[in-house]
Amino acid sequence: MSVLTPSTIDEVLAHLAERPEALLLSGGTDVMVEINMAHRKAPAEVVALRRVEQLRLWRHNPSSEGTGGTVTIGSGLPYAEMEHGPLAELFPALAEAARTVGSPQIRAAGTLGGNLGTCSPAGDGLPVLFALDAIVHLRSIGGQRDVPVADFMVGVKQNVLEPGELVTGVTMPIRHGWQGYSKVGVRNAMVIATASACLAMDRDRGAVTLALGAVGTTIIRCRDAEGWLAGELDLSAEPLDISDAVAQEFGRRAAADARPIDDHRSTAAYRGHAVGVLSSRLLRRAAA
Amino acid sequence: MTEASAPPAATATATETVTALRPGVLGTNAARPDGVPKVQGRFAFANDLWAENMLWGATLRSPHPYARIRSVDVTGAWKIAGVEAIVTAEDVPGQPTYGLIRQDQHVFASGYVRFRGEPVAAVAADHPETCRRALEAIVVDYEVLTPLTDPEEAIAGTREPIHPDGNLIRHQRILCGDPEATGPIVVEGTYEMGMQDQAFLGPEAALAVPDDDGAGLELYIATQWLHEDRKQVAACLGLPEERVRLVLGGVGGAFGAREDISLQVHCSLLALRTGRPIKMQYGREESFYGHVHRHPAKIWMRHSASAAGEIIKIEARMVFDGGAYASTSPAVLINGVTHAQGPYRCANAIVDGYATRTNNPPCGAMRGFGVVQACFAHEGQMDKLAAAAGLTPVEVRLRNAMRTGDPLITGQPVDSVAPVERCIRETDALPMPPDLASDADVLSLPGGTGRTADRGHVVRGVGYGVAIKNLMYSEAFDDYSTARCQLNDGVVTLKFATAEVGQGFLMLAQQIARTILGVDDVMLDTIDTQIGSSGSTSASRQTWMSGGAVDAACRKVRELLFEAVADRYGLPALQLAIEGTDVVDTIGTLRVPVGEASMGLRLDETVEYRHRPTEDLDENGQGNCHVAFAFVAHRAVVDVDPELGLVKVVQIATAQDVGRALNPLSVAGQIEGGIAQGLGLAVMEEIVVTDGMVRNASFTDYLLPTTLDAPTVVFSLIEEPDPQAPLGAKGVGEPPCISVTPAIAAAIRDATGRDIRRVPVRPQDICLA
Repeated sequence: MSVLTPSTIDEVLAHLAERPEALLLSGGTDVMVEINMAHRKAPAEVVALRRVEQLRLWRHNPSSEGTGGTVTIGSGLPYAEMEHGPLAELFPALAEAARTVGSPQIRAAGTLGGNLGTCSPAGDGLPVLFALDAIVHLRSIGGQRDVPVADFMVGVKQNVLEPGELVTGVTMPIRHGWQGYSKVGVRNAMVIATASACLAMDRDRGAVTLALGAVGTTIIRCRDAEGWLAGELDLSAEPLDISDAVAQEFGRRAAADARPIDDHRSTAAYRGHAVGVLSSRLLRRAAA
Repeated sequence: MTEASAPPAATATATETVTALRPGVLGTNAARPDGVPKVQGRFAFANDLWAENMLWGATLRSPHPYARIRSVDVTGAWKIAGVEAIVTAEDVPGQPTYGLIRQDQHVFASGYVRFRGEPVAAVAADHPETCRRALEAIVVDYEVLTPLTDPEEAIAGTREPIHPDGNLIRHQRILCGDPEATGPIVVEGTYEMGMQDQAFLGPEAALAVPDDDGAGLELYIATQWLHEDRKQVAACLGLPEERVRLVLGGVGGAFGAREDISLQVHCSLLALRTGRPIKMQYGREESFYGHVHRHPAKIWMRHSASAAGEIIKIEARMVFDGGAYASTSPAVLINGVTHAQGPYRCANAIVDGYATRTNNPPCGAMRGFGVVQACFAHEGQMDKLAAAAGLTPVEVRLRNAMRTGDPLITGQPVDSVAPVERCIRETDALPMPPDLASDADVLSLPGGTGRTADRGHVVRGVGYGVAIKNLMYSEAFDDYSTARCQLNDGVVTLKFATAEVGQGFLMLAQQIARTILGVDDVMLDTIDTQIGSSGSTSASRQTWMSGGAVDAACRKVRELLFEAVADRYGLPALQLAIEGTDVVDTIGTLRVPVGEASMGLRLDETVEYRHRPTEDLDENGQGNCHVAFAFVAHRAVVDVDPELGLVKVVQIATAQDVGRALNPLSVAGQIEGGIAQGLGLAVMEEIVVTDGMVRNASFTDYLLPTTLDAPTVVFSLIEEPDPQAPLGAKGVGEPPCISVTPAIAAAIRDATGRDIRRVPVRPQDICLA
């Protein structure tokens, strides 16, 4: 096995152009488990991204129209950096999701790039990216393309990444309004999601977005529930008043969008039930 | 996490005593000799074993729960450079099978594989990766058969035997008193328990080093019982036992999973084949396949009681699924049926127990050994009985609490100290946790870091569990332990074969010697088979058994010392005693330090300690089959999010009958660890098996409690020294994990009103039932 340790994105892309089948290694928290469990053969060539500083940065992109602008987060930024500090203030849901990823050791290594590269429906960062309409930045030696995250993830551990392409980062809008993330697992920490949900208000547009994890082949955006709620209430109103009946119906519609399965971690019935409850509760928190 | 303020009474006394005692003697919180190296990462576990010129060994396992082997073709593996040996069933030179109680499992599958993960072949090669490729290159032609996975089918006898010994490993009935007895209150229930894994942190590992003459070997092994391993390894290798020497490797936890043979024979056989040292170690996934688990069980019970809630009769049908091979299933079953009544008086009983053979993973010993299953059922029944009789859970248990001398349903009188009532009362008297604050941190709520619940979603419940647990081996087993004590020039050296698996025997042995012989320096010799057996480090037995042996050996050496001193000073030896670190004349003025008194002496005694004999059960389950008993009570306080079915265990209070706390800190460790393990069984730990296939052989999906799941523990030690016990102390290893599980289940019932019949309790059992 050869391991290349480039220090710039251009070097990474050059290596990938020569060896499109090489394995990209970021935090390694998925790859090493797969290799150790023999679910993946040890690759002949590895391109290790840890030394690429450009991938470990994030930046605020101010808006010309006076709104909050956007933030671009490098694909190599570890979750530990999202839990606290200015990034956490800009994206509280991302901070809450980051806090649920594995153990402190895992969070020091794991990255959004890894979540996107693996594309597991249980990936903790993904519902946040879906709820915030993140744009995924891909680069190869031939150029760059930007793909909405909903188009990037196409199935269980399947995405549109082409050979030779690298996920360099994601860009998300800074929104005005409450946002949060909830995740059910059968342990109070360090557990893979049985079901998860991210809700983000967009008070300026009078909209809400809701994304569900671990209840389908991809992350599920609940367009029906989102549209229904925006039709029921003025979501730009302050304060926001959410009745029990509205929260219940919102959860019911969210659960109806879920396509959960039975497996060794849980049952389809429980997962569907749980995402409904999480969605209702997140909405109540948004109004609290 | 033990609260600093608790336990109130017991700790206060213990602390006062501790300060009055010489450091390191019995009754103090003596430090463990292996403690600091373990914490600092310097302790050499068996996985760290290494020898010059060694090869690596690896095991090929069955991918099917049940199949006939048509052929095994190893020619492809031999073509891989670096492969030095390949062994299959036909290469086993001695007895082809092994087993703790019945030798019914082949060293390598022969003819049939009977569980997913059964060893079929082993290889030795220059590198683990070469081993992996060699295993891949072995072609096994299987005729896949339909697995027998339903224990009821095994009992019914509707399937062809999957093993020459049949599909029923053991059936035992207990008939006691009047089978027609009944009462105005009748409650019944069916209780289920999933398959728990011991999940020790240091997976199986060994290093086998062949003798130069090739006619024997030395095996460094993480095990619970060196001599039993030696017996089985030697038999399978066709060697006399003295040709096989075992040395204890650093053990990273056991909990019963190291009682059975795993890689011992494979590793030894490869070493003899190649004439080179062989290192074998399992990864986490292989560890799940490589050792036995806790029996999943289904138990039906019916209690008849007086209007006042006094038990008149119990009826039970208990089914323990032993999986493919017998392991310790016959003994686990006997523990289950003989503990069906719990720590309560009961004059009449009809109990039927079955240990079945199926194509599920083999099950055997795990902390609590059959009593965990029985306790979950009888404690569920006690709560039903309380409700029917209009009593509280505490009242119904006090009303029925067993006392010293009461008979079990086997007819055996419980002549151990039986402070059941004290266990219950002292548990109940321990402080309750504060109410959940209105602004409670989300991390402290059910769901933890997942932020699933807000304060208003959470309800609290309280539940109780009480247990009786037999100590040491049962059913006429010749159970003994051997220890040697030498005193030379003021230094004691102890030798024993007692496996230190983390329980703290090294520390205890030193405490005993310091106390009896008045020395501070106690050396510990290598733990190996160069001395007689110490028996297994299991069944809560080593403090009593090996502690008894060390104690007896030290006392014999002390007699020799007194005789020498008596000779020297012209005093009767009977007048002499140890006081602190001195030999003193109890009615005179002589005072001479032990170091000085033993100068130039070579005192050396070896003792075999035996507990009193036990009997087999007769066909009606009558007989004095157990040695002694310990008791414990638990109270669980849980917070539940009923809508999502998530649980946070807030606090466990417990009072445990320990006889005498020889090292209070070590007892606290057993209590806290046992509670964590019992909590795991209550709410998360389960090997999920579907059609004989394990679905979660990893720590990603086999969930162990984290620090956010672990409750606050408050405890009280009940110290009523047991006259039978050599040090007055009862084993404390198993009781902490037994009644905590039903206590948590009861607390969840209390919080939610749900009829929780199964552990681990899954979220859907609470919110979708």
